[in-house]
Amino acid sequence: MLSIKNLHASIQDKEILKGINLEVKAGEVHAIMGPNGSGKSTLSNVLAGREEYEVTEGSVDFEGADLLDLAPEDRAKEGLFLAFQYPVEIPGVSNINFLKTAINEKREYHKQEPATAKEFLGMVKEKSALVELDSKLASRSVNEGFSGGEKKRNEIFQMAMLEPKLSILDETDSGLDIDALRIVANGVNKLKSENNATVVITHYQRLLDYIVPDFVHVLYNGKIVKSGTKELALELEEKGYDWIKEEVNA
Amino acid sequence: MIADLTKKDSLLASLSSLNFSDENEYFADLRNKAKAELETLEFPTSKTEYWKYTRVGKIVNKSYNIAKVEDIDITPYLIPGLNANILVLVNGFYKANLSKIDAQDGITVLPLSEAKNLAQLNAKFCSLTTNKEEVFLAVNNAYHTDGIYIEVANNTIATKAYHILNITTGNNVIALSRNVIIGGKSSQVKVIESFINENGNENFVNNVSEIFVGENANVEYNKIQDKSNDNYHISTEQVYQEANSNFTINTATFNGAIVRNNLNIWVDASNCETNLSGLYLGQNKDHIDNHTVVDHMKPNCNSNEVYKGVLDHESTGVFNGKVFVRQDAQITNAFQQNNNILLTDTANVNSKPELEIYADDVKCSHGSTTGQIDEEAIFYLQSRGISKRNAMKLMINAFAKDALANISITALADFIDTKIEERFTK
Ligand SMILES: Nc1ncnc2c1ncn2[C@@H]1O[C@H](COP(=O)(O)OP(=O)(O)OP(=O)(O)O)[C@@H](O)[C@H]1O
Ligand SMILES: [Mg+2]
Repeated sequence: MLSIKNLHASIQDKEILKGINLEVKAGEVHAIMGPNGSGKSTLSNVLAGREEYEVTEGSVDFEGADLLDLAPEDRAKEGLFLAFQYPVEIPGVSNINFLKTAINEKREYHKQEPATAKEFLGMVKEKSALVELDSKLASRSVNEGFSGGEKKRNEIFQMAMLEPKLSILDETDSGLDIDALRIVANGVNKLKSENNATVVITHYQRLLDYIVPDFVHVLYNGKIVKSGTKELALELEEKGYDWIKEEVNA
Repeated sequence: MIADLTKKDSLLASLSSLNFSDENEYFADLRNKAKAELETLEFPTSKTEYWKYTRVGKIVNKSYNIAKVEDIDITPYLIPGLNANILVLVNGFYKANLSKIDAQDGITVLPLSEAKNLAQLNAKFCSLTTNKEEVFLAVNNAYHTDGIYIEVANNTIATKAYHILNITTGNNVIALSRNVIIGGKSSQVKVIESFINENGNENFVNNVSEIFVGENANVEYNKIQDKSNDNYHISTEQVYQEANSNFTINTATFNGAIVRNNLNIWVDASNCETNLSGLYLGQNKDHIDNHTVVDHMKPNCNSNEVYKGVLDHESTGVFNGKVFVRQDAQITNAFQQNNNILLTDTANVNSKPELEIYADDVKCSHGSTTGQIDEEAIFYLQSRGISKRNAMKLMINAFAKDALANISITALADFIDTKIEERFTK
């Protein structure tokens, strides 16, 4: 589904990603962990198409298409979704209006009929229930005045509405209380199928108890320096990153 | 000798063909007084404080002609779904054949030239425009051609809105229209005036409206400016409010090489409500200037002002909003706000909200912001599959929305929404 080869990216001439390689297949869950500032969010943003980052080397294939060649909106229409670490507040733009625009643009792109008002409202009802998002929030301005946890739930609500093939969840667990964590993780699990894939970026093993990964990768200093199975996350939780840094720097 | 002609002389020379000999002595005298005042006035320069950010050189260095036009197709300029009385002015002259008025008891609607035969006009006419030391106002006082007179009698509610189509057509035309709107005691009326240009280059409209809002009356005036990129418009509304009255003005400006709106509101009685809103969307080299004054002279009044600008390309926006709270005007609530978005590095804004307060028991606030469109928000919307263009549209609509929230005519609000959408769907 996703194949990243030797990806290098810079911001303001500072190289942040220094040769990332990653293969994600349909049906898989990958976890990416790593110390603060190692480049996890940068990788997510580069994949989503943020213009500030300059890709200097490497390639990304997404379902047979050259991802880096697509505009951000077309990446989303092709089935990529990023749940942001810091969701943006957009005063005056209603959540509902924005999602309707997004869904209908995607449908048009795939030469499908636009959603009827009834169909759309049905989806809103079903998907907001999935993440137990208060229906009042759905009609408010995008993220405006939402609590940290509400913003994260809203990300998963949008993901549920858009039904992506590949979801990247950038620290969706941070800022969630224990109950919310379970709710969000359940939502993600219910949306999982053999046709889609999930990349979860997290600092905490706790989330991985709920969303069980097939593979765990450690991103350090712009590179994936170690990959393993879910046991690697347990090891990191216990020992921290120092031993990995030592291995890399040795 | 040609060389001795000043710019003012040559502009006035282009008006010399106008003939007002039909008018009665009273109005002839008013014109003569205005001409005398004009002798003492000059066009503003960069040193004139009130005109500091708007240079009128481009307007006054040209020569213009007066042009009467027989027929014109107004259908493209009607507002879809709006059931209103239609009043048509072309190049400053009233077109009875194109207008369509449903008579209503208690409402007098006439071309101004005919209204000058009504005795009740005398006391009001020019009462808000004489000796204001504004040269363009004085030009209109002296040389206005025709316009619309609407008088709503006491206790009368206008059942339909009045839509004035103020059209210019032909090249280098000067149009000097003049309206008088009188809302009697406990009356209600809604007026729309659309300023439109049809295939004409370098036209200059210098129009004036005097609006009298009687005791307990409710008057809404909506102004749509949609001229093309090389047309000039200097526009003045002088508004006088009596006790317990409510006045709302909404100004939407979509275009214009130079647009200057002078809005002056005297709130000369207690318990009044005043709403002033504006939205201006500049593009190319447009220059759009809104100068407003709200003069609170008596206690217990509220005024609410919101102007918003979106400036693209190399366009310029100017906002100068002044609120006076006189010594007698205790318990005044005056709120004023101007927000701008610049879409390019070459667009710019001069924003100056001003408060002058001489009373002590008042609640007043003012603020001004100018910024870029939030790129992070655009990216967020794009990352959900929304094209950049639609993302901009969502953002700009969100920004502009409350600027015109006071328009109570649904068909007009929809029409303006559509125009905003069209602008950002290129
Ligand atoms: N816009 C920017 N300008 C300059 N430096 C940046 C910018 N964005 C990111 N960086 C730098 O890139 C590096 C990687 O940042 P990134 O946000 O990808 O880290 P992360 O792995 O997601 O960290 P965290 O775990 O704290 O979320 C950091 O050193 C950061 O300061
Ligand atoms: Mg991060």
